[in-house]
Amino acid sequence: MTETFTPSIVGFFCNWCTYLAADLAGTSRMKFAPNVRVVRTMCSGRVDPQLVLWAFRNGADGVLIGGCHPGDCHYQEGNHKALRRTLLLRKMLGQFGVEPERLRLEWISASEGERLRDVVNEFTEQIRRLGPLHAAPAKEEPVAA
Amino acid sequence: MNGNGNKNVKAGVYVCHCGTNIAGKVDVSALVESAAKLPGVVVAREYKYMCSDPGQELMVQDVKDLGLNRVVVASCSPHLHELTFRKAMARAGQNPYLLQMVNIREHVSWVTDDSGVATTKAQALVKAAVLRSYWNQELERRRFPVNPNILIVGGGIAGIHAALTLADAEKQVYLVERQPSIGGHMAQFDKTFPTLDCAACILTPKMTAVKQHPNIHLLTLSEVSEVSGFVGNFQVKVKKYPRYIDEAKCVGCGECIEMCVYKEGKYANEFDVGLGKRKPIYMPFPQAVPSIPLIDRETCIEFKSHKCPKGCVEVCGDRDAIDFDQSVQEIALEVGTIIMSTGFKAFDPHRLPQYGYGKFPNVYTSLEVERMVNASGPTLGQVVMRDGRKPKSIGILHCIGSRDETTNKYCSRVCCMYSLKLAHLLKEKTGARVTSCYIDMRTPGKGFEEFYRRVQDEGVRFIRGKVAEVSGWPLSPGEEGKLVLQVDDTLLGEIRRLPVDMVVLAVGMEAQADAEDVRRKFNLGCSAEGWFLERHPKLAPVDTFTDGIYVAGCCQGPKDIPDTVAQAGAAAAQALSLINRGYVEMEPNTAWIDEKLCSGCHVCVGMCPYTAIHFDAEKKVAILNEALCKGCGTCVAACPSGAAQQNLFRDEQLFAEVEGVLA
Repeated sequence: MTETFTPSIVGFFCNWCTYLAADLAGTSRMKFAPNVRVVRTMCSGRVDPQLVLWAFRNGADGVLIGGCHPGDCHYQEGNHKALRRTLLLRKMLGQFGVEPERLRLEWISASEGERLRDVVNEFTEQIRRLGPLHAAPAKEEPVAA
Repeated sequence: MNGNGNKNVKAGVYVCHCGTNIAGKVDVSALVESAAKLPGVVVAREYKYMCSDPGQELMVQDVKDLGLNRVVVASCSPHLHELTFRKAMARAGQNPYLLQMVNIREHVSWVTDDSGVATTKAQALVKAAVLRSYWNQELERRRFPVNPNILIVGGGIAGIHAALTLADAEKQVYLVERQPSIGGHMAQFDKTFPTLDCAACILTPKMTAVKQHPNIHLLTLSEVSEVSGFVGNFQVKVKKYPRYIDEAKCVGCGECIEMCVYKEGKYANEFDVGLGKRKPIYMPFPQAVPSIPLIDRETCIEFKSHKCPKGCVEVCGDRDAIDFDQSVQEIALEVGTIIMSTGFKAFDPHRLPQYGYGKFPNVYTSLEVERMVNASGPTLGQVVMRDGRKPKSIGILHCIGSRDETTNKYCSRVCCMYSLKLAHLLKEKTGARVTSCYIDMRTPGKGFEEFYRRVQDEGVRFIRGKVAEVSGWPLSPGEEGKLVLQVDDTLLGEIRRLPVDMVVLAVGMEAQADAEDVRRKFNLGCSAEGWFLERHPKLAPVDTFTDGIYVAGCCQGPKDIPDTVAQAGAAAAQALSLINRGYVEMEPNTAWIDEKLCSGCHVCVGMCPYTAIHFDAEKKVAILNEALCKGCGTCVAACPSGAAQQNLFRDEQLFAEVEGVLA
């Protein structure tokens, strides 16, 4: 089971740093794990914890949030807010029975294509080791407005 | 999500081959087939190049003929072509924001090994985009006027050229320079390659033109301390440090320097990179602009002990220009565009102790030699070593701090050429035997290779190999009293020892020491090496990721004078283009607050980094000022009642997208 397990990972990447790093990785023709599907937000500060929960509920085995390095945020400090939320959310995930390691926040700047590749590979491997997340299927009620 | 949202949706999906860039990896037909089955999709097509005219036309025609009200284009990064397709959407008579892009090139075909896996990933991303597009809304761009004034940061040749170009176009330019004079590194050079024009002869007329230009406001000894606002409407604070001489009163006669208690220069002159001496009151160099001396607070006796006879004040007399009480001034500027031309820092060879810089007095950096061969330099153009001798043999070492795993991996681009120039000048001035040790000779440029040939013909010797070490230990009588270069001659295939009198280290270029602080102040991107990041290396080489801020010269990466001037002209043209249009349009990705849903909890108020949200005590709800909102969406993520929403990134859109990528 685990050997053939292909993790599904949602990546919330900010428009100015991590999304551009992913673009750079592409332009540099780096090859890496295809498991992270990117959802672009203007800032990592836009990543509502409910979006993360919604991803887990819809079958994600992991969620990767990518923002600018501290001090580099295009919107001054949205990444700090993302950090605060992520730390709290990880605690809550544990209480829900979801391993906190399934949620990760990384600072990846626009010039760090290599780092993006490494983080994606490493996180994918980590989630592969954790195995699939058996969350309730999200067929009935939505979690957010 | 609540409801399907796709009741009246008529979507078209367009998959781009991008030649073989996408189609070579992703099974485009399968992608089109799966997209066609998605609810709401009425047409799905593929095309070789969607961004080409016929590609766009295909989409425009469908929108018109089939009455499409959503378009999904699966192609490259939205950073590249979102605008292209939005414009096509507008041409088709639809609101541009009903378009949704999917990045299946940078994020899929270029980064995935397996074709099948790439296709599956692309299918998921396209599905996400289609689901998201159901919730896309018609939006209008916001318009703001552009302030026609320009700020240029850094007064080297890049800043000077940009300033003159813009000032000639009748725009008000603020040129901010940290040093006491403009001119930058170019003012320190003796000759310029490959034409051997005297640097001062071509630069100083431009420096004077800056000073005399009625449209240029020059601020020397000044630094930008704060930048706020946005494209077209920046508010800038500049700190002007004291010169202790009133620029308005001084006539630049220089008598005060003569009358200083120090009869001779005593302190290292920064402009001559320490080779020359200056007094506490001094002109940085004879052609300095503004042509006004300054007083160095650290070394002036009056500042140290208040017991100086102050000959300077006495001789200045009625002009009364000397002012020991000057303090830091803060100047507020309003500008619409900013050009960054902050230049570079020469590599410090102390970091590579094997070359003996700082240990052996006759090891020089190339910049020191530039000053030495200059007729107005510390030795009046004489090549005399620190021990007073004239060199009979000189070794020039290329790639010091460039193309080196331990320091900088990149090529500094100018060192081969300036080394050839210095080889020519040193040979001409001293008749010494000049040997150049290089890794590869890089001479790509107009007249560069010809210059290389000329210097070869003049008898300069070239050894292909990087010098490993400069030592002072003689192993043979011929090496007594010499500096010995140990070099692996890769053409002969042997290690050679070359005794020379003088060593010139061709130091590379590095980003300014405070480039990191500066880029944060201006909200710019930076490469790993510290160079300011251009928006696109080929198609937007002087734009940055912050609209309205442009880069020119070596702060963007190593380059020579012709390229710097060309880039400065390009940056000026970009700024002019914006100014002449007179307005900017902003993405409508602002947030808004639904007063009916707002519970008045205040959470968003503190979240906003731009104080765009305030609390209306009467209505007991948060009110968002759209003009101040920059569209980060932090308030939306924080709002517990779903009252705050962000255009283009509404909850419904993002939830649908997440659902799609996981399907």
